[in-house]
Amino acid sequence: MNDVMSPTAGHPSTAKLPLKPLGKVIAVTSGKGGVGKTFVSANLAAALAKRGHKVLVLDADLGLANLDVVLNLYPKTTLHDVFTGKAKLEDAILPAPGGFSVLLAGSGMVEYSRLTPEVRDEFLRIISSLVPHYDVVLLDTGAGISDVVLFAVSLASEVLMVATPEPTSLTDAYATIKVLVGQQQRQIVRVVVNQASRPGSGLTITNQLQQVLDRFVVTEPDRPIRLIHMGDIPVDPEVRQAIMRRQLLMQTTPGCPAGVAISQLARKLEESVIPKPA
Amino acid sequence: MAPLTLSPQIDLQDLQLDDARALLKHDAKEIQQEAEESPTGYLQRVIDGLCEISLKDPLTGLGNRRHLRSILERSIETVARSGESVLLLLLDIDHFKSINDTYGHQAGDQVLQAIANCLADCVRPMDTVVRYGGEEFAVILPHCPPLFGRAVAERIRQTVASLSIPVSPLINVQATISIGGAYAPEWVRSTADLWIERADQQLYRAKSSGRNQVCLDQPRELSVSAEEKGLLFAHIATEEATMIRNLSGDAPLDLQGNATKRVNA
Repeated sequence: MNDVMSPTAGHPSTAKLPLKPLGKVIAVTSGKGGVGKTFVSANLAAALAKRGHKVLVLDADLGLANLDVVLNLYPKTTLHDVFTGKAKLEDAILPAPGGFSVLLAGSGMVEYSRLTPEVRDEFLRIISSLVPHYDVVLLDTGAGISDVVLFAVSLASEVLMVATPEPTSLTDAYATIKVLVGQQQRQIVRVVVNQASRPGSGLTITNQLQQVLDRFVVTEPDRPIRLIHMGDIPVDPEVRQAIMRRQLLMQTTPGCPAGVAISQLARKLEESVIPKPA
Repeated sequence: MAPLTLSPQIDLQDLQLDDARALLKHDAKEIQQEAEESPTGYLQRVIDGLCEISLKDPLTGLGNRRHLRSILERSIETVARSGESVLLLLLDIDHFKSINDTYGHQAGDQVLQAIANCLADCVRPMDTVVRYGGEEFAVILPHCPPLFGRAVAERIRQTVASLSIPVSPLINVQATISIGGAYAPEWVRSTADLWIERADQQLYRAKSSGRNQVCLDQPRELSVSAEEKGLLFAHIATEEATMIRNLSGDAPLDLQGNATKRVNA
């Protein structure tokens, strides 16, 4: 792999753009697909919006964008139109059902899933012009460690890794964290365990991941990797119901166990990452 | 089934079917209207025959480029959702022009046919072999884990290299192939063009580093060793042990769901 995904790596024309990871940008990512990443992004956005934050979710999963399906939104103008110059950025931003804003990728974005310098520049331009207008920007990235995912993650100040307790999901989450540490010198990765079978099982999983990282991943002595357990989202039949109805859990049944867990996740992010709204 | 519109009786005499018949006959699929066969039934068979040959390469009998595209597009859909490993190989006969120049174009065709047959024999029934164009072939291998991809490609390369192809009663020709391969990106809906392009880049690499070799674009490895996995799943083992302990601590239930008396073993 080359240095394409390092946030500071230099394609000359990116030099005038911010070199530090952008503030208030949280990448929601996972090692494996199908662990509920988009579900978490959308509902977390709704929970943060409910707490008074101005939130934007950006569909950064160019290969397999699903945010439109989760939100049941099929807009005429998407990120794709912005990329092709057919629409202005502000016209592609829509209000989503949960009281937040959303920028959907659009089906044509697969053409851009190969990360050329032009795509990088355009992405960076779009995100840096959006950030000042929101309290928090969530990047709903793809799974794994493709160039686009790593690039999207490199733009974020925080990483929220979604994993389920299944062995394959854990292995892939662990492998992805290793890459984030190696390639991007990340020191902190926040973990949320989705589909936790019983209370407390998520924390056990995060601790386990931390132990394996400590034992097998070599870092500089003063730069240890720290996983922060942000919470468990329990297995809950209401989640399936909401997904099937293409509605946000935070709107249909915010009081169900999974909904409460997502509200707690929002509060925990507020305590540690996002300043409270004025 | 009731027709949606009033279907006029087809009069085969009104249709210009001679060209279609000639094409099918040329492909050894002569289709004659059978006694008492309805015109619709007959036409359907002609259309099916045309569809079939439109996906085939006439010289080698393999699928053609059109067939490749439809298989690639279907694979992309599967991979995007299942994460299954699908490998595309592009194979090109080395120095094919010199075979043509030395032994003539007919010999060239015989080499193409022999290699086509060999490729078809090398792969599993679920795999697809097509002639991509000229002296280039493509193989699509579904359910092909990254570890096997190189082995399969290497076996194909060696089998072709070991062929001795008769091109005239006294002359046998040996040919080698270069192979470039790329996996469909997992969990991502890519395009057939991008996929072919990645395999083609590897083929170029195989050619430019001396031919008669295999170059694969490996999927980026999520490498986690057995030791790491052992420790990673330790909690699952502990959880199971706890569960078993809890279960054996409680009195097991009988078939009716009543607690049974524990007997000390």
